[in-house]
Amino acid sequence: MAELRALVQKVRSKNAGPFWLTIDIFCGSAAAYTVVQPRLDTAAVAQVFGKDAATFKRFDIPDLHVIKISLPRPTIQGAIEDRDMHGASWAALVGEMQI
Amino acid sequence: MTRVLIPSGALGLNYDQAALERGIVNRPDIIVIDGGSTDSGPAYLGRGVSKYARASTKVEWAGLMTARAKAGVPLVIGTAGTCGADTAVDWMLELTREIAAEQGTPVKIATLKSGQDPEAIAKANLSPLPGAPTVTAEDIAACSNIVALAGAEQVTQALETGADIIICGRATDTAIIAALPLQNGDHAGAAWHGAKIGECGALCATNPQSGVLQVDFDATGFTITPLADGAHATPHTVYAHMLYENSDPFILYEPGGYLDVRDATYTALDDSRVRVEGSAWVPSDAYTVKIEGARVAGYQVVAMALLRDTRYVANAQAWADDIATKARAKVEARLGTTDFHIELRLIGQNASFGPLETKASTPNEIGVTAIVTAPTEARAEEIAKILNPYLLHHPLTQEEEQPTFAFLFSPPEMKRGATYAFTLHHTMTLNNPMDAFRLEVHEHG
Repeated sequence: MAELRALVQKVRSKNAGPFWLTIDIFCGSAAAYTVVQPRLDTAAVAQVFGKDAATFKRFDIPDLHVIKISLPRPTIQGAIEDRDMHGASWAALVGEMQI
Repeated sequence: MTRVLIPSGALGLNYDQAALERGIVNRPDIIVIDGGSTDSGPAYLGRGVSKYARASTKVEWAGLMTARAKAGVPLVIGTAGTCGADTAVDWMLELTREIAAEQGTPVKIATLKSGQDPEAIAKANLSPLPGAPTVTAEDIAACSNIVALAGAEQVTQALETGADIIICGRATDTAIIAALPLQNGDHAGAAWHGAKIGECGALCATNPQSGVLQVDFDATGFTITPLADGAHATPHTVYAHMLYENSDPFILYEPGGYLDVRDATYTALDDSRVRVEGSAWVPSDAYTVKIEGARVAGYQVVAMALLRDTRYVANAQAWADDIATKARAKVEARLGTTDFHIELRLIGQNASFGPLETKASTPNEIGVTAIVTAPTEARAEEIAKILNPYLLHHPLTQEEEQPTFAFLFSPPEMKRGATYAFTLHHTMTLNNPMDAFRLEVHEHG
């Protein structure tokens, strides 16, 4: 087991419009992608958000050494419960996952 | 063949003047810049205003108007004033007239307005997109602004007026760039794909903050050329831009169809230019546009207290939960209402994720942010004042001497005014692309 962020170049999260969040995991090399891609379980990512993985979209992009995961935004952007207008902090929670 | 010069990802983010001049020397067919985004939240659409300073917008727009006059080509801004509401288009038109008068250059200006009547939209036949909120007709009618996102067709109509400057209300980031290549008969897949890659300026290259980007469209593909010193596009940086703020990196829905880049190829022409071919545009049967709306979701007052005492820092969550419970009960008893929202966030402990936070540590201090939301500003203020003594003096136990915590200001309450909610994530079908949009031409000077 290792922290995801220790295995990859960068984890980025951004709004994809007000209703979706997208997480880009840049592995940085083919070697890192080969290690991370099979070990990163979408259901485990969904658990970090307390959500059902069935609503998640995942794109494994070997050409870019990137795994992209998109999900309905945990709270709608700007709603009174929203804690992060630009959705950028979620990357930390994903990066700290043990895989 | 169409050469599009993109000064930066948004007006207000500044651009590299030397690179812009290089772009003008290269004889572009059009200068295009985005003016907006939903990324800063619902307040800008709700209020119909820009997030950027008027002074910054004016300086940057004046520079682009000068460049336009030199190049003798149209200058287009999409989603003017952050949100593209009609009031934001009017604001941009006023700025443009002011600059034209100062520069002494006569200009023909076209405005393309996207604002919709909330009452009419509440009765319209809308289709929810994935992730759309549940909304009632009342929620829609209560929106302070609703806009439809223009596609290439409406921007093309604006270009056909022969205007020097085109100020678009809400439009897709890509449509403002794709319109002229499509009108010129360049490859449709390339027009939309190149527009998507170029919409954030040089963000698709190294040295992403340099801004200025040139995109050349032709019959088979497009070529990306960043123009600032030290900025290089590589197949990787260009391809990777399809990830940016996109839930799907391969399929992009636009008015009138979708872009499919699954078969696109990215080739380095040299150490700074990239050639892209193989993207496809798939037209749809119906012509649909996305609509966005924002409404007032209440009025907020915020207060902050700092906990520095070790015991209170260690027990901050229990302290905050107890305050919220007691304050809610007191508000209900004294104001006779349950229509309000009190939340205490612990900055330094778990303000980013709340119950989803996975790390636990003991900081030196915690900033407690109390957020009160209520249907009127007066009630939000009353509630915040009921909360005040708790934030200042609430003890962990009844037996101890009354504690006092740090307030930053007098009074500690800060009025935030209205808070807004994004209300619509829907599409609307149009018989004619211009049905939801209004084009006007203004001669100046």
